[in-house]
Amino acid sequence: MTTEPVGSDLDHGQPVDTVECAGLTPDQRQPYRELGLKDDEYQRIVRILGRRPTDAELAMYSVMWSEHCSYKSSKVHLAYFGKTTTDDMRARMLAGIGENAGVVDIGGGWAVTFKVESHNHPSYVEPYQGAATGVGGIVRDIMAMGARPIAVMDQLRFGPADAKDTRRVLHGVVAGVGGYGNCLGLPNIGGELVFDRSYAGNPLLNAGCVGAMRVEDLHLAHASGAGNKVILFGARTGLDGIGGVSVLASDTFSGEESAGRRKKLPSVQVGDPFTEKVLIECCLELYRAGVVVGIQDLGGAGLSCATSELASAGDGGMHVWLDRVPLRAEGMTPAEILSSESQERMMAIVRPDDMDAFLRVCDRWEVLATEIGEVTETGRLVITWHGHVVVDVPPRTVAHEGPVYQRPVERPADQDALRAAGPESLTRPSTPRELRELLLRMVSSPNLASKRWVTEQYDRYVRGNSVLAQPSDSGMVRVDEETGRGVAMSTDCNGRYCKLDPYIGAQLALAEAYRNVATTGATPLAVTDCMNFGSPEDPGVMWQFEQAVRGLADGCRELGIPVTGGNVSFYNQTGEVAILPTPVVGVLGVIDDVGRRVPTGLTDEPDQTLLLLGDTRDEFGGSEWAHVVHDHLGGVPPTVDLARERLLGEVLVAASRAGMLLAAHDLSEGGLAQAVVESCLLGSVGARIVLPEGSDPFVQLFSESAGRVLVAVSNAVVPAFTEMCASRGLPLTEIGIATPESGILHIDGVATLGLDELRDAWEGALPALFD
Amino acid sequence: MARVVVDVMPKPEILDPQGQAVANALPRLGFTGVGSVRQGKHFELEVDDDVDDATLARIAETFLVNPVIEEWVVRRVTP
Amino acid sequence: MTKIGVITFPGTLDDADAARAVSSAGADAVALWHADADLRGVDAVVVPGGFSYGDYLRCGAIARFAPVMGEVIAGASKGMPVLGICNGFQILCEAGLLPGALLRNAKLHFVCRDQWLRVDNTETAWTSRFDRDAEILVPLKNIDGRYIADKSTVDRLEGEGRVVFRYVHGNPNGSVNDIAGVCSANGRVVGLMPHPEHAIATLTGPSDDGLDLFRSVLDAVVNP
Repeated sequence: MTTEPVGSDLDHGQPVDTVECAGLTPDQRQPYRELGLKDDEYQRIVRILGRRPTDAELAMYSVMWSEHCSYKSSKVHLAYFGKTTTDDMRARMLAGIGENAGVVDIGGGWAVTFKVESHNHPSYVEPYQGAATGVGGIVRDIMAMGARPIAVMDQLRFGPADAKDTRRVLHGVVAGVGGYGNCLGLPNIGGELVFDRSYAGNPLLNAGCVGAMRVEDLHLAHASGAGNKVILFGARTGLDGIGGVSVLASDTFSGEESAGRRKKLPSVQVGDPFTEKVLIECCLELYRAGVVVGIQDLGGAGLSCATSELASAGDGGMHVWLDRVPLRAEGMTPAEILSSESQERMMAIVRPDDMDAFLRVCDRWEVLATEIGEVTETGRLVITWHGHVVVDVPPRTVAHEGPVYQRPVERPADQDALRAAGPESLTRPSTPRELRELLLRMVSSPNLASKRWVTEQYDRYVRGNSVLAQPSDSGMVRVDEETGRGVAMSTDCNGRYCKLDPYIGAQLALAEAYRNVATTGATPLAVTDCMNFGSPEDPGVMWQFEQAVRGLADGCRELGIPVTGGNVSFYNQTGEVAILPTPVVGVLGVIDDVGRRVPTGLTDEPDQTLLLLGDTRDEFGGSEWAHVVHDHLGGVPPTVDLARERLLGEVLVAASRAGMLLAAHDLSEGGLAQAVVESCLLGSVGARIVLPEGSDPFVQLFSESAGRVLVAVSNAVVPAFTEMCASRGLPLTEIGIATPESGILHIDGVATLGLDELRDAWEGALPALFD
Repeated sequence: MARVVVDVMPKPEILDPQGQAVANALPRLGFTGVGSVRQGKHFELEVDDDVDDATLARIAETFLVNPVIEEWVVRRVTP
Repeated sequence: MTKIGVITFPGTLDDADAARAVSSAGADAVALWHADADLRGVDAVVVPGGFSYGDYLRCGAIARFAPVMGEVIAGASKGMPVLGICNGFQILCEAGLLPGALLRNAKLHFVCRDQWLRVDNTETAWTSRFDRDAEILVPLKNIDGRYIADKSTVDRLEGEGRVVFRYVHGNPNGSVNDIAGVCSANGRVVGLMPHPEHAIATLTGPSDDGLDLFRSVLDAVVNP
């Protein structure tokens, strides 16, 4: 059945559902289910408004109360981060969870903001644009804090490397991350590339951005001061990404195309990095001119989100004249304009006296800026369309007081069986020949092979401040050219460990990112996360999520660094099968002088000793060896010891300050063998490795025990460094020497491998798959 | 052999930054009166006679275009 | 002090880097704005890299009509040294100050890598400080870097020694004759795809080999 639309016939010959109409037709059926709202959620809206919502209001509530915007399934769990953050940890935090991005004080009058966000589903539907707009969105988040974006990172996860669809998705995603980031002029300083069966059909595109500003320039998304103007600036508003809401404009609620009405539109947006680059420079000039009271980027949920969040966080209300919004498409309805996800748009709150200056700056950059509203004292968000009120709501009910769910949580029934099926029964290599073959097979496997095929498509030099970039353990950028103060950032997650134990897995991700930052000489300061999980309606997935949040929060408390923000992406699954739980953890560190950064690759200095810090145990649960050789996932992940990680970090930073470290490389997937091969190849320097007497060479070379770092120090420094580790109780093993001129990696009693042969194996794998 | 042309355009509702950049530049160069510009792709395929229309449609839809963001027309220029 | 202008178009990315390189070489970097037909009295101009106007239509095709470019073309005709880097090289080609064109890389990807170049001409305004046949290591980062020109043009460039930089130890993008950079007939205008401004310190680049381009021009403006 279709209902005859009731509404005012305004300008376009199209009936528009106004607040007045809504009062007159309380029983009109509305397609709230098609918009993703549950019956009780719809009833709640009716109770809040004391009437049925208008089409425009329905569009706003439905998108703002979606999982993506409201965090309705995750909120009760995320609260644990707040409970575990001590005042001590908060000391350097200038903005935290709830803002567009977390901000930390890095000293010297500088603040840094950083965040990682997911854009998973769009990157499967349209890989290039999905990835491109993922980068664009996170960059605007950073910009909205008042910062200049200074670097980006990308965390990519795909199905098996040799699967046909992986090729399509990977080519598009890598080209999209590069195409947007390169054209925008931000160096890409690192990220992750992981292949696993569970991501086939559910690729993960997480994008991170780091921004820097002077402490006093921090801007928050508040609409305050009655009479202040609301400015929309940047690109025009079109029919991008309004897929769901298009049912409001169709005759039938199923969204089928019919004469004179809008067909159902794809939920895809196209990015324009050129416009974004200009928008960045324009925003920074506006900040410098001091003409911005509050600012917000337009991302998911577009104007619905920006207007309601700004008004909700401000001290009054807001009136918006929606018909003033510059459009790119004809005949757009208020609901469509409010829901459009057109990219490269920002919203600012500006004092009336500053309007001229504001518009002058926009004009200089040829950025379209339009006054579309005003801050009011009504406490309500009122939106009009050609003089008729189409939205009249308390903004907090849209932006901050959405539904909250306590979803059922249950440890999966097969979790015990999974943990019981450990790697102990798997056949291990025993002869030197088998170990040699295994080493070559491992370094050329997709997850361990050089990522150069991907990272070579990203500009790592632009802006001239990149000190370290992929394949270094962490990316590092200089923030202050005068003093050399800079930041390092690393993100990590091993979904296989998380599947076996999401609590420990999240802590292992945290530990590795923390270690990576410290390995380059920087002091870890703060954490962000990007939680990628399956359906929250599956109690087993919710258990994984809860465990991961608790593991991460408890881990951060132990390390003494706060989580400053994060992102949750649910529904990453095909049918009943969810992706591996993938809580990507990013750690940001500060370094007072980037000149003392520690390189990952060996250098060609003479007389170097290689030392292994930490303990090696027989740990192969969830290992890359079990994955590559036996296609096996079972048992328990490596043990995590955060007190040890903290100690290791302190030693690395102290040694870096003392100028003791010639190179350092963290051990992770693939163990010591992988770390040694990478250290040699990155520096084009050979090495001779002598494994501890009586040890099992397979365990020594391939175990994935956490808390280990390979360092190179000059022979003369060995006694002092050894003493430093001994006095702090950090285990250390002399493991070999660098042999700069040899051109080989020699592992005593195991194998001799030419660096050329290793390079062919390590660097040749991805081109062979994807060229 | 037959010659087949596939013309691909961004869907009307999809942003076309390339066309927009050209449209914005025209007045600066003194060309007025051009309201909008959209930029697409033009493919010319030489195909064997036994390649039927259904196959051509599949080539276009599954490979040459992304139906999510683009629309296209397949034409046989010579029979 | 020698004043060297650095142009910013909408979408220019490496302007701050070019200005840093100019300062490191001991000259005064002067910001030039695309919309101003004014070179602000500079002695030489750098057209830096980036994606002016998003590289839409063709790389450099829109930027070359900017008001500031009219002044650059006029200056170049009087012997003012001009250096085009990456997108700047593409703009100079579109503007007709340099021969040839830049097309999509052979593998169709963006390529960012540290690239070895040989300096084949040390007589230009921007390369006098190099030793002939010196090999330098400079970042390369572009997607449209494949130099191409018709055969007679290439033959003429080769015959007149106007290939200034040549890729060595591997051609990264399929450029004809491994050409990385060329110059005008009088050697005052030079364009190259790799980024010497990103090779001015080993902290942030693979070498400091690029600095000598910016030092060379100091001699050129003193001794035109």
